[in-house]
Amino acid sequence: MPRRDDIRKILVIGAGPIIIGQACEFDYSGSQACKVLKDEGYEVVLVNSNPATIMTDPELAHRTYVEPVTPQFVAQVIEKERPDALLPTLGGQTGLNCAVALADAGVLDEFGVELIGAKLPAIKMGEDRKLFAEAMGRIGLDVPRGGYAYSVADAERLVGEVGYPVVVRPSFTLGGAGGGIAYNIDELRDIVSGGIALSPVGEVLIEQSVLGWKEFEMEVMRDAKDNAVIVCSIENLDPMGVHTGDSITVAPAQTLTDREYQVMRDASIAIMREIGVETGGSNVQFAVNPDDGRLVVIEMNPRVSRSSALASKATGFPIAKFAAKLAVGYTLDEISNDITRQTPACFEPSIDYTVVKVPRWAFEKFRGTDETLTTRMKSVGEVMAIGRTFEEALGKAMRSLENGRAGLGADGKDAIGEHKFDENLATPTEQRIFYIAEAFRRGRTVDEVFALTHVDPWFLGRIEAMIAAEKAVAEEGSLDALDAAAMRHAKQHGLSDAQIAHQLDVAQEDVRRHRLDLGVRSTFKAVDTCAAEFAALTPYYYKTYEEEDEVAASDRPKAMILGAGPNRIGQGIEFDYCCVHAAYALSDMGFETIMVNCNPETVSTDYDTSDRLYFEPLTFEDVMDIIEAERPEGVVVTFGGQTPLKLAHALEDAGVPIMGTRPEAIDLAEDRKRFQALLDELGIAYPAAGTAFTYEEALDVARRIGFPLLVRPSYVLGGRGMVIAYSEEYLERYIHEATSVSPDHPVLLDRFLEGAIEVDVDAVCDGESVYIGGVMEHIEEAGIHSGDSACCIPPFSLGDDTVETIKAYARTLALALGVQGLINIQFAVKDAAVFVLEVNPRASRTVPFVSKATGVPLAKVAAQVMAGRKLAEMELPDDGRDIGRFCVKEAVMPFGRFPGSDSVLGPEMKSTGEVMGVAGDFPSAYAKSQLAIDYSLPTSGKAFVSVCDRDKRSIVPVARHLHALGFEVLSTRGTAKTLKAAGIPVTGVLKKHEGRPNIVDAMVNGEVQLVINTPFGQETRSDGYHIRTAAVQHGVTNITTIPAAQAVVQAIEALKEGRLEVVALQDFDDADADV
Amino acid sequence: MSRDTAMLVLEDGTAFEGTACGAMGEATGEVVFNTSLSGYQEVLTDPSYAGQIITMTMPHIGNYGVNGVDMESGRIHARGLVVRQMCDTPSNWRSEQDLPSFLREQDVVAIEGVDTRRLTRHIREAGAMRAVISTTDTDVASLTGKARSAPGLAGRDLVREVAVAQPYTWGEDVPGEGLPVDTGVLVAEPGFKVVAMDSGIKYNILRRLSEIGCEVLVVPPTTSAEEVLSHQPTGVFLANGPGDPAAVDYLYTTLRELVGKVPLFGICLGHQMLSLAVGCATYKLKYGHRGGNQPVMNLLTGQVEITSQNHGFCVDYASIGELVPEASGGMSADPGDLGAWVEAGVAPVVSSMDFGRVQLTHVNLNDMTVEGIRLLDHPAFSVQYHPEAAPGPHDSRYLFGAFARLMNGADDYLSVAREPGGSRAAS
Repeated sequence: MPRRDDIRKILVIGAGPIIIGQACEFDYSGSQACKVLKDEGYEVVLVNSNPATIMTDPELAHRTYVEPVTPQFVAQVIEKERPDALLPTLGGQTGLNCAVALADAGVLDEFGVELIGAKLPAIKMGEDRKLFAEAMGRIGLDVPRGGYAYSVADAERLVGEVGYPVVVRPSFTLGGAGGGIAYNIDELRDIVSGGIALSPVGEVLIEQSVLGWKEFEMEVMRDAKDNAVIVCSIENLDPMGVHTGDSITVAPAQTLTDREYQVMRDASIAIMREIGVETGGSNVQFAVNPDDGRLVVIEMNPRVSRSSALASKATGFPIAKFAAKLAVGYTLDEISNDITRQTPACFEPSIDYTVVKVPRWAFEKFRGTDETLTTRMKSVGEVMAIGRTFEEALGKAMRSLENGRAGLGADGKDAIGEHKFDENLATPTEQRIFYIAEAFRRGRTVDEVFALTHVDPWFLGRIEAMIAAEKAVAEEGSLDALDAAAMRHAKQHGLSDAQIAHQLDVAQEDVRRHRLDLGVRSTFKAVDTCAAEFAALTPYYYKTYEEEDEVAASDRPKAMILGAGPNRIGQGIEFDYCCVHAAYALSDMGFETIMVNCNPETVSTDYDTSDRLYFEPLTFEDVMDIIEAERPEGVVVTFGGQTPLKLAHALEDAGVPIMGTRPEAIDLAEDRKRFQALLDELGIAYPAAGTAFTYEEALDVARRIGFPLLVRPSYVLGGRGMVIAYSEEYLERYIHEATSVSPDHPVLLDRFLEGAIEVDVDAVCDGESVYIGGVMEHIEEAGIHSGDSACCIPPFSLGDDTVETIKAYARTLALALGVQGLINIQFAVKDAAVFVLEVNPRASRTVPFVSKATGVPLAKVAAQVMAGRKLAEMELPDDGRDIGRFCVKEAVMPFGRFPGSDSVLGPEMKSTGEVMGVAGDFPSAYAKSQLAIDYSLPTSGKAFVSVCDRDKRSIVPVARHLHALGFEVLSTRGTAKTLKAAGIPVTGVLKKHEGRPNIVDAMVNGEVQLVINTPFGQETRSDGYHIRTAAVQHGVTNITTIPAAQAVVQAIEALKEGRLEVVALQDFDDADADV
Repeated sequence: MSRDTAMLVLEDGTAFEGTACGAMGEATGEVVFNTSLSGYQEVLTDPSYAGQIITMTMPHIGNYGVNGVDMESGRIHARGLVVRQMCDTPSNWRSEQDLPSFLREQDVVAIEGVDTRRLTRHIREAGAMRAVISTTDTDVASLTGKARSAPGLAGRDLVREVAVAQPYTWGEDVPGEGLPVDTGVLVAEPGFKVVAMDSGIKYNILRRLSEIGCEVLVVPPTTSAEEVLSHQPTGVFLANGPGDPAAVDYLYTTLRELVGKVPLFGICLGHQMLSLAVGCATYKLKYGHRGGNQPVMNLLTGQVEITSQNHGFCVDYASIGELVPEASGGMSADPGDLGAWVEAGVAPVVSSMDFGRVQLTHVNLNDMTVEGIRLLDHPAFSVQYHPEAAPGPHDSRYLFGAFARLMNGADDYLSVAREPGGSRAAS
């Protein structure tokens, strides 16, 4: 069937900000969809609040609304744009939920909008547990049996039906609190009675336990002619009980016979048909009993997902792209396979390699939370690795994680003691894979490890082989003794040069040299969808150690872009966005672009983004191997955040041409002494600072420059380990923690400018002139990590003189450092004086936000500058112009995922993503940014206000404003006293430790709509901690800084005054800044 | 596992060094590749692989071991196996034996540690060729000579080597092999009596035929038409099998006497037999179709089936005769230009010398080759691929239902929407 002509304009809903469980895979899928629909001649309208996405680049859609992905705002877009159809399946759960809400509210009917891709009944049947279980019953498939219990008697009756053990899950408790597995009636009674008491609705789910069963996923596509294909099967290394997003997964499935596989295939297609997903991709999850092969269906998602992004990257079959085509009427046989170009997309990829995905967690950011992996996802990112064998792929994945490890242990960083060894082996955690490896090092058998972990013996056997390979290297005793066969054996078992070096106590460089001397060279093979049955025309490669290399020759000049690796807190989609723009810009300039990255969620690892894609870890070894195969004219290291940056020196030393800003300039900016000397020379102020290697030295510095102090390890990402110290006692405690965090680096101490306004600047310098991309005024004061604070373009409270000073400093610094490309500078403004806090001559987290706010694609401009173009040659709009709108970026916090961790903001970054709000005034833009994160902005009710002494004066106008807006103000004793003195009516409420009913009771009972609670110091179990965690748990809007409180109150006022209008990026006056 | 060196050498001198992972010794055959991700046991025991050395492109082989149920015949028929990595510690609840020991037990030579992707690309570019696997000789020149002196497949009748010598009824003992472990569903009161001309029939074809209510009498390929008809069958089934179809002249000659007298259904070699019987030429594909992911369009419904395939020879549809435009949607395109017919969504019809009109029903969308035909003036149809799967997807199971409808006299027996997954198609 050809494309549909009866629809003309299609609305695509994006997934909004990056949150845990919903990351940039939806930018990958959404961007593909927008491109396809636009290419097919449809008018594309997009709503997505996330400015750091490629899909919100103005050229990807005809009408781009960076607005909250909520029914209210999307309804406004529908009213304004009148689309014919809505494609809801490419924006994750957020997009799907929003579409369902719009359909249920009658908005789609009212404006005649057709849901394409998945119809409402199909979405509902896929999402509703009961409807889904009924549907499975109709087609003869099992689901885990069970039901809801409201009493112990109910539970006993249900267990009578399903048998022990059962999983007990209380409804609506955070993080599965109160749940557990009951193996007998005593445990059942205990857990159920406790669970019912904890559940706010007095309900627990009793479900047959499939813990320890094997878990599989199937990625299915179906078209309007009922053609259906399985794109990829995925087998989880972690058995049932761990969320698939938190599991190590492997493609293709390894331990199913064809009979069992085909049963699963039949079931997947039957499910898709029964649920009624007419076109597009779906993901079906199964559990298989390892003892008898019994199959149960766990769930299906009638949309593209994280797994479909993984499956696309794992096979070369672009699910989202094809899903968009199918949604507008094409059938699979009408679409051609991008990689072979000769064969149709209506087939099932066959792969002749093994793919391993490993999640990336960030528990170190959320102390106090339980790190056990459960059915609730906690990872913040993932890596994918491709190898010929599982061994090779797992080894590569483990060194891709950007966690300082060189592989599956054996890198000198294994710190595994005897204490609770078996318990740690049995408990699924981030560390368990290391315990499994260690178990084999200690001579444990596959059977023993299986008994404790239930990880399939096939996987365990392969890991055992990896450890044997590692031991074989060590047994050679010296590097010289390692011959070519032994070296090849080690490499084929996934060992990195660094691991081999550690086994033989030599330097990594020596291993590399010896390896190349032995002639053990890596080879590159293509990801071609068809196991080499047909020639591949799209160069998408992975590295392995085999006989034949497939890298195609080329005469064009090549530019290589090193990506950002796995998403983690402090390094997210923003850097991928920059890398993608670098690829586009360098391609426009005639380079053949080469992308290197290992993150399957990203747009950068779409084989369409660059001319050549290498799916590889971003380690020196792996990058050098690619460089030697490709010999690029230049390598971009400054766009992918810290990951490629930390390779800059080693690459330059190896003679690799680095594009743009020299690594020396980056060093200069990092070297505090030299940089301060430069600032002194330029006459630019900076906070007093010092460096210390011991506590005594730190104390000397502290006494010299005075408290409060900003203290941090010298080389940090996302403010890791950074704190504000107000006292010597705290400083002492911190130093002992921090030095263990980073033993090789000293501790840096800066005078903390309390109450200062923080300002960020992103600029591009070509060595001759500087273009200021944007000046961002932070909402939260200095001391809150810039990644966690909201900011606004243009500055909303700074004087023109101050802004001019800031810009002048930025220009001076960029030129003085010899920057060629991007530079980010952080300033603090205190009492109208401007201080430089930090300079980073590289892409920053805010580059995409600045680009969206101003319409100037800064990363593209910078990439062209790095390739030799001059700013003067580009027709950029005046960087001093008034953009005529306010754009607010707000950070999205994941506290809800980590019950027990404090929600207070500080110098250590904790946010996972960001949203942008755009409006004609600051309060409205800020209001949109809050609504985009689903923070409700209450317009009436009770506001609880409790602040530390430092903030007592500044809270008065905020409370007065709240009162004027009609809120009842609640306060604890201290704050109430201040407010009463200021003549503000206030209702007293007890602190938690003062008795009951107290403020926490009021919050639990839903009586409080807004919480303003500013902390002081670092007491983690203070009263404020209980208030904030209760707010997170019960979804009460919770503000922890005065500036944010001021902004929120203004936003509430804006919201009360009238509706917030939606506006498309293409409607901005200067929207066509074309580079 | 032993670490004995093994060599794989092709007739053009291309050599691969690896490690023995099956029986010791030496074996020659035509080296081919199979892209199935699962199902190595079914592949190895498929009689159609007689005379061939199989390369599995899936790098991990042996993961789930071997069991007594997933047999497609009584033994391994392939001459040798080439893999990237062999697993001798399988994990699966049905596993009874590890693959290397099964190979040794069956005296089949196998090699692991081979860059199977390099080998596959080489076969893709240079074509399927003769090769030798050896654990006893490591001299490339000597092995090249052995590969060159091995018989090729062209012109070679391997059917006699794999077919039964005595008739038997499915569900009873197979002569010389005993009872197959898994006979599938045996219908108590079969509605059809089918004679299967054995040319290397896979057990799963027999299971599928049983499932649709056939009592199946398996007879040797040399059985005369007269004798076949003497059983008064409701239908005759033409099986898959190894080697060059053109060399199996006795079978398709017999077939010429059966067409029109009894409903016929052929699979793979059986399809080639029917085609040859109606005057069609066959030719050898450069490297064949072997895998479980081949897209085939049923031109009568426009739907695509993901199919299981294993064939090195193919039929040349245009060689049957002149196009019959009025039966071909009024189109007058070249009957050999299969892509044009797929694009138009029309099943062309040509007229054969002796058996009336022949319709092209199924086409491979990867390379636009013939995958199925039916006779319009006689009750007979056949497909090149394997609707019985094992290994592979079940999308095409509906063809067994089509055979049942044909035996019941339906005209539109093939024009049924196939149901992906095949869960309801067979009934």
